Amino acid sequence: MKKIISVVSAMAILLCMFTACNGNGNTDKTNSPSGNNQTVKEIRYLNFKPEIAEAYDEIAAEYKKETGINLIVETAASGTYESTLTARMATSEAPTIFQVNGPIGYTSWAEYCADLTDTELYKHLTDKTLAVTSNGRVYGIPYVVEGYGIIYNKKILDNYFALPEKATEYNSADEITSFNALKAVVEDMQKNKDKLGIQGVFAATSLKTGEDWRWQTHLMNIPLSIEFRDKGIDFTGEGYKTIDFNYSDNFKNIFDLYINNSTTDKKQLGTLDVTSSMAEFALGKCAMVQNGNWGASQILGVSGNKVSAEDIKFMPIYMGIPGEENTGICIGTENFFCINEKASDAEKKAAEDFLYWLFSSEKGKKLVTEKLGFISPFDTFSQDESPDDPLAREIVKWMNKDNITNIPWNFTVFPSVHYKDKYGAALLKYAQGSITWDDVKKVAVEEWKREFGA
Amino acid sequence: MYKTLKKYFPVFVIPTLAAFAISFAVPFVMGVYLSFTEFKIVSESNWVGLANYIRIFTTDETFLYSLWLTVKFTVVSVITVNIIAFSIALLLTKGLKGTNIFRTVFFVPNLIGGIVLGHIWSLIINGVLGYFGVDITYNPDYGFWGLVVLMNWQLIGYMMIIYIAGIQNIPDNLNEAAAIDGASHFQTLIHVTVPMVMPSVTICTFLTLTNSFKLFDQNLALNGKAPESSLLALDIYKTFYDHTGLKLAQWHGMGQAKAVVFFLLVALIAYVQLRATRQKEVEH
Repeated sequence: MKKIISVVSAMAILLCMFTACNGNGNTDKTNSPSGNNQTVKEIRYLNFKPEIAEAYDEIAAEYKKETGINLIVETAASGTYESTLTARMATSEAPTIFQVNGPIGYTSWAEYCADLTDTELYKHLTDKTLAVTSNGRVYGIPYVVEGYGIIYNKKILDNYFALPEKATEYNSADEITSFNALKAVVEDMQKNKDKLGIQGVFAATSLKTGEDWRWQTHLMNIPLSIEFRDKGIDFTGEGYKTIDFNYSDNFKNIFDLYINNSTTDKKQLGTLDVTSSMAEFALGKCAMVQNGNWGASQILGVSGNKVSAEDIKFMPIYMGIPGEENTGICIGTENFFCINEKASDAEKKAAEDFLYWLFSSEKGKKLVTEKLGFISPFDTFSQDESPDDPLAREIVKWMNKDNITNIPWNFTVFPSVHYKDKYGAALLKYAQGSITWDDVKKVAVEEWKREFGA
Repeated sequence: MYKTLKKYFPVFVIPTLAAFAISFAVPFVMGVYLSFTEFKIVSESNWVGLANYIRIFTTDETFLYSLWLTVKFTVVSVITVNIIAFSIALLLTKGLKGTNIFRTVFFVPNLIGGIVLGHIWSLIINGVLGYFGVDITYNPDYGFWGLVVLMNWQLIGYMMIIYIAGIQNIPDNLNEAAAIDGASHFQTLIHVTVPMVMPSVTICTFLTLTNSFKLFDQNLALNGKAPESSLLALDIYKTFYDHTGLKLAQWHGMGQAKAVVFFLLVALIAYVQLRATRQKEVEH
């Protein structure tokens, strides 16, 4: 009995310790805004993109030189942003600037996102609809425009068009403007793969869990974006919380084309990752791969790379949706700056100033285009201030094409990683032949509903 | 002496006590508390009572599945690891040639970290399955048995060492007495060796049981996040981190509740198991 009492009291003491810590933490937070007049010495930023972590060191050094403020950039390892953010937010050194990945990501962190409607940076945003808003106020500002489509190797395609045994009537990649054309060319190329010196037309459809985002997120975006457009859903209401997946057959069209005309047998896709797919493209083992402009470095940076920069081009992902000859590649963003609402006013101001400096001053803009390699969505940048990599140039080209509507990135409203994993797993099973396409469609629609709790 | 001890006891006790409190007791109590709340970050939470516990047993679709999978996995690996480890230990105490080399070889896998092991085995298993045109994700059973093989490979060496120590501790006169009484090898094994190594059996089953039940990194590295091959620890991790959006706080709470149930199960199983085997031990 005595033992039990002592255990219980020990527990009680510990609980008090914990709640006491908790209480202290809160008073710290409420006290800090009162120190408004204090000069801010540091801004903390939690960076999402590991590939450009080093560029931020340079930016921090430059900003320190200009203003004397320390910019402390911490980078979350690939795929761990949410968990790192969860952990850091609970500390007294919570990031002043962090990022969310769209409207759904915003709801996770809503009470930590400061109102950015009156910031200079937002005023310079070219396309105001890109921002994350709630009740008419702005909480997340996009800072980079990215795009994805089918990346193709122009040299291999030209070799194909020059083949004497070619069975299609097309003579240039620009003539492919529909799914039927793409299918005809791809299937004929697959037949002639030995003459073209490739192992398959498409790089492996990587379907390992966590490496399947090119299909369960990016490819899925296209039929759903068109569906949302058809239904007139604008993401301010509740409309996006259920889907019908009306264009599932179109998704199947292109997915079948990918897995049947690839370097890898469709039963062996479950353990492959994106890096190996990109390497296949870089080494000239395939002619096409679906990915975005961030993949340029993965192509040009691979040792033994056989693709030269001028041969890397984008083609829209055609899947047989009506009107697709006028649709372009998918252009949008899933990177939105947020400023921590719980920081002091002075810190918030300092964070706003830093962001505006980065995207408007001459030095800042140079760092953004050259070091970060961003295509920036702000009017402070002129046409020629865009990064110098082949896919970024392709995106600018597609953005400026007449009569072409590019597809927005609506996968920012996809419910969760859990949903994507489930759907990805279903796609894998379909590729392996253990479930039918109807089952895949059912997973896509029902899991969506379940995750939103609708 | 006693007086000095009394005088200086805080010097000896406080560092350890502080370390224990900071790194175990406080997080543990916090964790239990958080399982009754919904929270986004640990310092701000809303009390919701038992709601999380109700959710994980009713609406959550993965918890019971991975619990059952974990139980199956634990049963299979406890049996296979211990039987194989004990057999190897018997062989390697017979004074065969090269005994030391074999002991080393069997022990080495235990020195490799879980993530590395998982990746090595994923290469091996997919390499073999590749001949049949499939991979480990093709059938959930492949993932399950792959994990069993991996677990055996890693733990057998360690358990073997414990069994060898146990077998070497058996006094020679017991074996001699058995031989004089005309016992066969099998009878000696069942009636002398096994009862005498019961303390080793206790510790080995305890170690394999908890290790298999808590398996995480090997599972992550070998099976990725494939939903059908996720054991309990990985499921908790996924519950906590793979959900975003409006219900984030709820998923965090549910992850925490799963972790508490997980702890209770591990504690309970270990306790029962420890008591059950203790009673079979022979004093000598």
